[in-house]
Amino acid sequence: MDGSVEPQTPVSLGNSPANSANGVPEQDNSIDKKDFGSHMTNEEQGRAQSTSTGEEQPSREGTPPPLPPRPKNLQLLDGRPQTSGSSKPSRPALQSKATTQLSFADTQSYSDESKDTSSSDASKQKIGPNRSGSEADDSASVKSYVPTLEVGGDTESLLGEVLTGHDKTILKSLGRPFDSTSGRSERMFPDDPEFEIAFEHEFDEVEEMKADGSNEEAVMNHWRSKLKHFLILSSAGKPIYSRHGDDQLITNYIGVVQTIISFYQGANDVLRGFTAGEVRFVVMSKGPLNLVAITRLGESDSQLRSQLDALYMQILSTLTLPSMEKMFSNRPSYDLRRPLQGTEMLLSALADGFTRGSPSTLLSALECLKLRKSHRQAINNALLKTRSQNLLYGLIVASGKLVSVVRPKKHSLHPGDLHLIFNMLFEAGSVKAGGGENWIPLCLPGFNNTGYLYMYVSFLNLENLSEQVEERPSSSAAAQDEVAILLISANKEGFFELRQMRDDLVEQLQKNGSIDLIRTAVKKGRPSCTDIVPGSPIRHFLYKSRGNVQFTMPSFEPFFATALDRRRLINLYNTLHTHMHARPTHLKVHHSTSTTNISLAWITPLFELYCVAPSPTSRAALAQTANKIIQWVRREEERVFIIGGAVF
Amino acid sequence: MVADSGAASGPKPSSSVKLVLLGEAAVGKSSLVMRFVNNDFQENKEPTIGAAFLTQKCNLPTRTIKFEIWDTAGQERFASLAPMYYRNAQAALVVYDITKAASLTKAQHWVAELQRQASPGIVIALVGNKSDLAASPNNSGSSSSGGSGGALSDASTAGDDGDAASSTAVGDGDDGDEDEEGEGGDARKVATKVAKAYADEEGLLFFETSAKTGLNVAEVFTAIANAIPETSLKGPRGVGGQTHLGGGRQEDAARVNLTGGRDAAGPKEGCAC
Ligand SMILES: Nc1nc2c(ncn2[C@@H]2O[C@H](COP(=O)(O)OP(=O)(O)OP(=O)(O)O)[C@@H](O)[C@H]2O)c(=O)[nH]1
Ligand SMILES: [Mg+2]
Repeated sequence: MDGSVEPQTPVSLGNSPANSANGVPEQDNSIDKKDFGSHMTNEEQGRAQSTSTGEEQPSREGTPPPLPPRPKNLQLLDGRPQTSGSSKPSRPALQSKATTQLSFADTQSYSDESKDTSSSDASKQKIGPNRSGSEADDSASVKSYVPTLEVGGDTESLLGEVLTGHDKTILKSLGRPFDSTSGRSERMFPDDPEFEIAFEHEFDEVEEMKADGSNEEAVMNHWRSKLKHFLILSSAGKPIYSRHGDDQLITNYIGVVQTIISFYQGANDVLRGFTAGEVRFVVMSKGPLNLVAITRLGESDSQLRSQLDALYMQILSTLTLPSMEKMFSNRPSYDLRRPLQGTEMLLSALADGFTRGSPSTLLSALECLKLRKSHRQAINNALLKTRSQNLLYGLIVASGKLVSVVRPKKHSLHPGDLHLIFNMLFEAGSVKAGGGENWIPLCLPGFNNTGYLYMYVSFLNLENLSEQVEERPSSSAAAQDEVAILLISANKEGFFELRQMRDDLVEQLQKNGSIDLIRTAVKKGRPSCTDIVPGSPIRHFLYKSRGNVQFTMPSFEPFFATALDRRRLINLYNTLHTHMHARPTHLKVHHSTSTTNISLAWITPLFELYCVAPSPTSRAALAQTANKIIQWVRREEERVFIIGGAVF
Repeated sequence: MVADSGAASGPKPSSSVKLVLLGEAAVGKSSLVMRFVNNDFQENKEPTIGAAFLTQKCNLPTRTIKFEIWDTAGQERFASLAPMYYRNAQAALVVYDITKAASLTKAQHWVAELQRQASPGIVIALVGNKSDLAASPNNSGSSSSGGSGGALSDASTAGDDGDAASSTAVGDGDDGDEDEEGEGGDARKVATKVAKAYADEEGLLFFETSAKTGLNVAEVFTAIANAIPETSLKGPRGVGGQTHLGGGRQEDAARVNLTGGRDAAGPKEGCAC
């Protein structure tokens, strides 16, 4: 790795020399949240203070070494699109080379809103393939901040300084909950009965409108009560998809949306979004389609855009871009619902995933099954050994987490594509529930949006392996312990070839004990916060390795056991994420406190960390834990992330 | 599950049969397969994407048949892939939904395509599914090959979550059953005799089934197993599916043999399900 990256790695919280080198000066320490206030849920509204330690934060100690321009470093590190596409003119523009490794958040990246303006070529810009020496890079980059973390003591004192010198009101706001909430210290979020009820019924179906219209009002009210809507319509205004409500119900609505869009288009002003009351609308035009997100969940525009992007990718995955364009070029009023028949369930599974809130989507990153490096190596080797001739990608996935990947050197997997695959297999359920093995034609738009690939899918039941291999799983028993083997090829007739590879692979994995190891790892689940940092006040965190485009996190239990708790946690992460990625701040460190919780976000070129603790926790304690999490990830990096994978 | 029961029966010759399911979306192809393979049923099953491949053994008195089943997706956009699945198939189950007239038309298109493009010896069964939705108690669609009472009582054991009343009702109602559709609450849109007449004309096996109750599901597969000409049967699975290239081609007599199912109707219990 280029040595120039090293000085850029954060020394510690509050002392980020990198910031001053390339920072955009910030006006104010506290983030202006009025953009979001209108549609925030209570936990955000209840937030008393919000401070940021960003570029403006002068380094208090030492002089930062002069740094080369940041984008270059990032490129060397991982070629991420966030550094703004224009910084890598030399990148090949071929989509099929979209990615190396599992990489590249491009189409789902929230961080660079400017890419929205050029969304059509976003996929071409990204890329940053060919991090050939990625393994070496990654370990080097990790090591580069090892020494700095050793200065743990400083960190604390620095934070203390920030705290006192910075914003005394925070102390006060911290003091208050301390006194009043000692009895209920575990309340992470304030009550918000309205939101609770709305969320509870969010996924209930809106009943059909009766022919005589007698239930119209009730239906409309139900429809309006949804926290989140997605609508897709053609540029001619034909409805294509709606998450809630039948055709009759949405037609009127789509008419209104269509009118607004064309009004802006007529004015040569492409509509991006608007706010009505507490509801945010975001519109994205993609060729012949207009995609609309309507939310009361307080998500940022760029988060919504990336969700719409995923829906768009799903449509391409079903149709391919050229064939969709052909349908519309023949007839602009073409009814796309017919060729999309059956895709609704995939779109709805994606949409509901966004509404429930998923760290993976928020971070545009993948989660891996935690395994020892040598164990993962053994699995990689089995994949390489059994690789059949026409294999493009091979994946092993356990309970929604990636176990191992085999891929050609020149092609990596696009996280957006993987998201579509995971959604189809683990959220939509039709493949899994069907049992047996599957042969699925699909377009992976991040890889190549012009043609289909073919995916062999086999679910193994770890408890009953021998039976499974011979016959199909007994459908009900399978559940969580399932491992999916996915083998992707461009060869339409490749089913039996890949099926043979699956048999060989499973045999290998059994022979070398990997099946047992995977089973153990699946059973073990995610570590708890206290496993990771004993005695820490932290209740949850997200750590994203930017170079690997992967994230890791502790278990949601016991503090976020329900879907509602998780949604509120994600709301909190959304807000932190928005602050960190909103232009032009590019914050490095951001604190937020509310009456019930305190949270921290910290971004460096290597990672993004978001963590949350109950409000009595001091900022110093939170920051100290954050450092310990970083240390833990550094220790475990080759276990929690797939670095490189099996390459042929 | 039952799949291994064949092992105990020792040295019976075993052979594999490639079978493909075709038919309009949502007629219940996957549900039939799930009933046959797992003896299970799911309300609101999601559409199949692409195709699913499953295997299930069927024990006949003289031999064991291992079905290698391609359950294809009925949605239009997958139609162009169908030839890949039926090309080497020895048997096809063409399914329609008795509550949806258009689905029979679609089934007839599939039959025509199979007769044109598939192996000449392919055994085709026309299956009218969702018979549980017909109001008539006498809604059995058993045809030439499914006629014996023994077979029908076995059907009721196959569907363990099935409604006992409908199963027994079927046992005695083999003929004169097809004209009650006019009755209230009956969702039937395709008269049994219409479909049966078509099947007879084309030389197809014909059944009305319910994947939901299990009615006649095992019978369809057993009848197919019996209708496969001995000569077109291969040994137990060879290398992948490739051994089946051209399977059944030498035996053009298959369609004539369909009625052979009647003779072998007894051993329903042989089917491992
Ligand atoms: N009442 C009743 N419903 C059935 C029966 N068989 C299937 N269904 C229901 O019909 C719907 C469609 O069934 P599937 O088995 O998915 O149909 P399919 O033919 O495989 O559909 P595609 O995969 O899209 O081609 C599901 O909701 C089933 O529960 C049946 O015998 N009776
Ligand atoms: Mg199906």
